Amino acid sequence: MPATAQEMPTHRSLWMDVWQAFRNHKGALAGMAVFAFMTLAVLIGPYLHDIDPQYLDTQARNQGSSLAHPLGTDNLGRDVLAQLLSGGRVSLAVGFTAMLLSLVLGTGVGVLAGYFKRLDGVLMRTTDLFLALPLLPLLLVAVMLFRDALRSAFGPEAGIFLLIVFVVGATSWMQTARIVRGEVLAVKEREFVIAARSIGTRQRRIVGRHILPNVLSPIMVSATLGIANAIITESALSFLGLGFPPDFPTWGRLLFDGANFIDIAPARALWPGLAISLTVLSVNYIGDGLRDALDPRLRGT
Amino acid sequence: MRKRIGLIALWTAALAACSSEELAIEEIPPQQEADEDHLKILYWQAASILNPYLSSGTKDVEAASMVLEPLAHYDDNGTMVPTLAVDIPTVENGGVAPDLRSITWKLRQDILWSDGTPLTAADVAFSGQYCLQAAGCNAAPSFADVAAIEALDDHTVHISFGVEKPFPYRPFAGSVSPVLQRAQFADCLGAKAVACTEQNFHPIGTGPFQVEQFRANDVIVFSANPHYREPGKPAFATATFKGGGDAASAARAVLETGEFDYAWNLQVEPEVLERMAAAGKGEVLAAYGTLVERLIVNQTNDDPNLGPGGRSLYLDGGNPHPFLADPAVRRALSLAIDRQLLVDAGYGAGGRVTCNIVPAPAMYASSANDNCRTQDIDEANRILDAAGWLPGGDGVRAKDDVRLSILFQTSTNSVRQGTQALIKQMWKEIGVETELRNIDGAVFFGSDPGSPDTLQKFYVDIQMYTNNFDGTDPETYLAGWICSQIPGPDNQWLGTNSPRLCSPEYDALARRLAGTAALAERAAVAKRMNDVLVQNHYLIPLIWRARLSARAKTLKGVRLNPWDSELWNVADWHR
Amino acid sequence: MLRYATRRLLFAVPTLLAISFVLFALLDLAPNDPTGQLPLTIPPEVRAQIRDSMGLDQPFPVRYAKWLESFFVNEPLNLIEEMFDVQIGDSSARPRVLSWATRGPVVDLIVERLPQTLWVVGLSYLVGILIALPIGIVSAYRQYSWFDQIGAFVSMVGFSVPTFFTGLLAITVFSVMLQWLPSIYDTTHEVTDLASFWVQIKQILMPVLVLALYNAAQLSRFMRSAMLDNLNLDYVRTARAKGLRERVVLLVHVLRNSMIPVVTMIALGVPTIFGGAIITEQIFRVNGLGQLLVVAIQGADIPLVQTLTFLFAVLIVLFNLVADVLYGILDPRIRYE
Repeated sequence: MPATAQEMPTHRSLWMDVWQAFRNHKGALAGMAVFAFMTLAVLIGPYLHDIDPQYLDTQARNQGSSLAHPLGTDNLGRDVLAQLLSGGRVSLAVGFTAMLLSLVLGTGVGVLAGYFKRLDGVLMRTTDLFLALPLLPLLLVAVMLFRDALRSAFGPEAGIFLLIVFVVGATSWMQTARIVRGEVLAVKEREFVIAARSIGTRQRRIVGRHILPNVLSPIMVSATLGIANAIITESALSFLGLGFPPDFPTWGRLLFDGANFIDIAPARALWPGLAISLTVLSVNYIGDGLRDALDPRLRGT
Repeated sequence: MRKRIGLIALWTAALAACSSEELAIEEIPPQQEADEDHLKILYWQAASILNPYLSSGTKDVEAASMVLEPLAHYDDNGTMVPTLAVDIPTVENGGVAPDLRSITWKLRQDILWSDGTPLTAADVAFSGQYCLQAAGCNAAPSFADVAAIEALDDHTVHISFGVEKPFPYRPFAGSVSPVLQRAQFADCLGAKAVACTEQNFHPIGTGPFQVEQFRANDVIVFSANPHYREPGKPAFATATFKGGGDAASAARAVLETGEFDYAWNLQVEPEVLERMAAAGKGEVLAAYGTLVERLIVNQTNDDPNLGPGGRSLYLDGGNPHPFLADPAVRRALSLAIDRQLLVDAGYGAGGRVTCNIVPAPAMYASSANDNCRTQDIDEANRILDAAGWLPGGDGVRAKDDVRLSILFQTSTNSVRQGTQALIKQMWKEIGVETELRNIDGAVFFGSDPGSPDTLQKFYVDIQMYTNNFDGTDPETYLAGWICSQIPGPDNQWLGTNSPRLCSPEYDALARRLAGTAALAERAAVAKRMNDVLVQNHYLIPLIWRARLSARAKTLKGVRLNPWDSELWNVADWHR
Repeated sequence: MLRYATRRLLFAVPTLLAISFVLFALLDLAPNDPTGQLPLTIPPEVRAQIRDSMGLDQPFPVRYAKWLESFFVNEPLNLIEEMFDVQIGDSSARPRVLSWATRGPVVDLIVERLPQTLWVVGLSYLVGILIALPIGIVSAYRQYSWFDQIGAFVSMVGFSVPTFFTGLLAITVFSVMLQWLPSIYDTTHEVTDLASFWVQIKQILMPVLVLALYNAAQLSRFMRSAMLDNLNLDYVRTARAKGLRERVVLLVHVLRNSMIPVVTMIALGVPTIFGGAIITEQIFRVNGLGQLLVVAIQGADIPLVQTLTFLFAVLIVLFNLVADVLYGILDPRIRYE
């Protein structure tokens, strides 16, 4: 380590410090651990518990937990654990990519609108428009226009995946944009920004070096909430027939389907609900740790 | 408004009293006991309008049937019974003309509207005019071929038809075409019909109840009609017709919490319903009419690459489906289905296995197709082998580069998605690959010619839905599969023949049925038509579905009616 | 600030017109259809007549122009007539915006629904804010304390478990098992005395709390993170060094400077009160504006959806302006000119 420190002193100190601070953040580490466990579980799990999640064992419907079916079966005889594991892959993938898309869009629009006065009006009115659009008809239209094209270009599952990520991302960035813009409006009048501007720092550098790091906390919160939002919205989409095929399990869909069976088989709704909550919770802690680690005022302490 | 002001006034008082509120819990029983004088009905689709002629769905027709009445009803056995008429006109009693071109109804003399004025034949004639003139009248099929409706005297109505009508009872029989009060609707003819909001929300009727308050898409409050013809009826002074939510929670409100007396149309997984019924507060009712859940097999090529000029178009037989046009494949698909399992998993007491498109009335139900009741995977595999469809490396059968890969769509509904998943697995066992798709009901059952996902467009290989016919006569229903009913751009996809089958034999049978009056012969022709559809597997019937509703155990007199409005005898309901 | 607000208000007019056009085009393009709920026994040609009777046979620009006229000219005129009891022209000849499903005037429907939505959704919003702000403040002040950890857990569960599930859970526990609370909201219930007020409290309790939990979960996270951003700034140290009491430092200095994201959230949320809570209203059958919208969308009742979403857009534009004005008040450094 000291060797690298001598070679690249400035670069090392920032990211090493961040990592050091992050490592000292117990919550963040726990979050990382839980998240890594969930990711591993959904990636490796299906090989260990190798029941086909779509196989209907019609002789074993609505069963409680047993050795063959640790979490029981649903009303058509599908193994709940297998569905949970396989559904997790999709839900985590959709949740993350859609959240990232919405975050990039929202932050971009928010920063541009807050920092550049010329763009503010246009961008914020566009945000108003998107906020006003009713989601359901919008989805119906998007599916009608793009489903067949994407299906033939990427196949039924990848095509729908792209469609869902796009639709969820494109309809959930507005809140982030509004919040980021508000913060940027306040931050850009602070002394250090004015100082940076007065010594002739380029706009892009001001935004990247001074504005963005200071509006990171609301972005982190948006990211956490965004994952939950994406996972749930995906379930609403597939329930409406706008998402994955109906026999394709996802956490949101499992929760939705399980809800009516709450007094027959509580496990069916409990586990997917828990899985979504744990994901969101762990991302929340990771976000907390990251934010604290990136805050130079906190890093030293 | 009063509620709001009251609330504000009481808000502070309550906050202060909050800590000592245990008192109140004891004062008011936690769950209100079933109210003696008040009937509470729950439809998970709320009523939008109380004029059945302009309704947007069955829920509106059923809500209106508490107020508006037709000349005759179908009872729970499917038998026609007079309501506002003295009797059912027949050729024997002289009510129906021997040439089958007119029918004469005699009205009861003792009927008063809820405003106290007497019902006359002029009201009936007016109601017919109302529907014939209104743009987009729902009941227009009931008035098809009607030439004139005349009031011969105060209590005699004469309806003449332009053609011979072996079944002349459709106008004014059943809740879809009730009698409106002429005095109330006089200014609502033609284009003005839609602007008559007050009339459409608060129609004056002859039925057991009258409208007190109508909140569109939410709730209706009724009170007993003081001028109802039968003394002592209805047994309830007031009634509520609440709407909204979903089927499962509607069932819960009757069966588990006991908040409501009656809940309509409970298509929920059977184990969920059983569990709720076990709470002991209510009972699930099932009644079998003519509803059949079926698969429709596309006879035309639905390949997206054909574009709008060819996809799922009949093109005079020049565009056959690459594999579903093969009778062997269709037969194998039907044989591979274990219908009993579909019933057990999705319908329970609300469904029975059926092999017919016309499952009832008994005289029309064919018995020639009962072999479909047992699943036969081996036979299905043999048929496919013999026809040259051989399994490929991925287990999917193919012939000349055509793979047996099916896109299978239906409307969004958890029971239907369960059925889809089961059928997919059954077909997998005979080497057929299936991709499932579900579509929002408002799109699938809609008829927007611009939408690719309607059941008429049928841009997939196989689709599933339920259909039935009004009343007990299947003639119009069966006529829906003649060649000229094939949907396409030339008729804006307005055809009922969604499988796009075209059989000269079937068309000839349809013409014969329209010209046959003798009941026994009609039944024979209808059965033959059913057999043509089913034995060629253009349509694959799966489940004969019941109407499924629930009543509270304290509510007596309910006779669930699969042929007419479920609320047809609400006057007889009591505690 | 006044000039800014006026300019924004003027700019709102073309914005809203553009939004109304996009909305109309979107709804027109959507494949759901008003005949979708009719029984299949009604033949296709009658369905076509029904569609035509709704004006669907007319070209798109004509339909849009008709809606514009009915909504922007006729409905305000009717409103003026009713409010001031005057007669302007022949009011019965002026076409109103009529719902396709109910055939009744859309505006009347919305007015009818407003009270229960404002009560249930508005109250839950208020309760949500009242829960969220203290939790957020204390969580930040005592960062990583037990209170903070539990707060994080509860709010994450509250946000990630959707209301269709929490609502159902609440019904199962409180209506089915304990039988304490009704599962169906009676919109015709009138409060006249203490007993009927108690009934109202009981029926409003579950929907309000379920929705409040969801709202509070989000808001408390933003509150906490904004407070954290400020707690370590120099001015806080200065304030403490001046000997100000901790309560004053926290609630006057830090809180005020932390409100920007929270104000955005709250201001953005106010229009959603009027938009109703679609799922919660459905589950408890509150049948307010959210349920009206969802029924209208399912039934492809385009005039109703168009009018509802447009009014919604007006509120969004308005409350974004309110939020911007509030920024200026909260943080005098923010300048719009």
